[in-house]
Amino acid sequence: MQTVKMVVTGPFSAGKTQFIQSVSEIDVVATERKITSEEERSVKSSTTVAMDFGRITVDEDLVLYLFGTPGQKRFDFMWEILSEGMLGFIVMVDSTRPETFREARSILETFRAYAPTPFVVAANKQDAEDAWELEDMRNALRLDKNTKILPCIAIDRNMVKTVLLELLYSILKEMDAGK
Amino acid sequence: MALRGNLRDITMTQLLNLVHLASKTGTLVVDGVSEQAYVSFRDGKLAYARVGKDDGSLALVLHKANKINANQYRAIVERAGQMTDKELGLLLINAGYVSQEDILLNLQGYFTDVVRRLFSWVEGIFRFENEMLPPDGRINVRLDLENIIMEGSRQLRELEQLQDEIPSLDMALVFTNRPRSNVNLNVDEWKVVKFVDPKNTIRQIAGANKLNEIEIRRIVYGLLQAGLVELARPAGSIVQPNPKQFPTKNKEEQKSLINKLISRIRSM
Repeated sequence: MQTVKMVVTGPFSAGKTQFIQSVSEIDVVATERKITSEEERSVKSSTTVAMDFGRITVDEDLVLYLFGTPGQKRFDFMWEILSEGMLGFIVMVDSTRPETFREARSILETFRAYAPTPFVVAANKQDAEDAWELEDMRNALRLDKNTKILPCIAIDRNMVKTVLLELLYSILKEMDAGK
Repeated sequence: MALRGNLRDITMTQLLNLVHLASKTGTLVVDGVSEQAYVSFRDGKLAYARVGKDDGSLALVLHKANKINANQYRAIVERAGQMTDKELGLLLINAGYVSQEDILLNLQGYFTDVVRRLFSWVEGIFRFENEMLPPDGRINVRLDLENIIMEGSRQLRELEQLQDEIPSLDMALVFTNRPRSNVNLNVDEWKVVKFVDPKNTIRQIAGANKLNEIEIRRIVYGLLQAGLVELARPAGSIVQPNPKQFPTKNKEEQKSLINKLISRIRSM
């Protein structure tokens, strides 16, 4: 059995767990805990403390694993471990919470430093009224024009599939370019 | 128990708080990475401070504050070497060079700056010497520590935020592909920009410019925010081999694997 993995990262409460749940063929093994911090509690009631773990079986010989990272900074020691051996990574950003953009940028740079693999940015909650436009988010996140920033609704399976496919296309493109 | 330890474990702000609450008298001696500092207190109030090669004398303080020029400073050091700071102060007041208020304000400012500088030291062995008082002949001040402690707390919070933004000083900086125009840089920023190269880590740039951790983080953060540079893995650093990324080393098989993943996800 051959296995490959992708990592879904991003700030706290960006929608990483939901993203993986939307495409995983198994119930996501989520290591969630009740939130103790008052500030974090106002956003969601439980959070991922180690990692989420989803699976997509390709055939008898090949399985893709999706790992979601814990969003809070105090668990960032996990990031390097999770990034080992990944094909690429997805940075989830909540389009309605500009206060998290700076942290998203910092996470993105950290992951790029751990492993120079292809990545895409998924702008979650694009269906929300107060969602930022993609180009505004590109500027706020200081992404260059070659970086893919994709509209996403983490509970919409088709949109999640598109994000995964775009990442795979980027990986293929880099392979063709001989990187 | 002797008050001694490492700034890694007890911050400068916590130390000042201790001195303040216990109304301590004595001198805090801190051996930093490259310099030594002496900060003296009387009854929990800041009395005197000096760091590194500076002797904390009145002549030096007034020279740094541009109250006396370089020639006057040199003449005082040469001719009034045996004079105490109090005597020198009286002489300068009588000669009309400075007022008593000038002297006090400048000394207070200088000592506070020394302590402020210590807030950025994250590493250093410290000890509190109960019996040690400022050198004889130096003018002492009586400065409440509350405001200094508050300022230190703010600086500490800033450092923590900067550490979040720039997790490691062992990263390099590279210029971005789309730098913003009209970025105005100050002298310190230019000094850092001069060294932006994948071959130099942020730590090396700080060393070359004699900047401490908070100073280099503050400048790099500004440059990152301005979109002028971005963090990068240093050139020549060993990229950990990632044999598990693909189960095969054959490039064609790797591409085939990615195509299989694409087909599978499309069909979901």
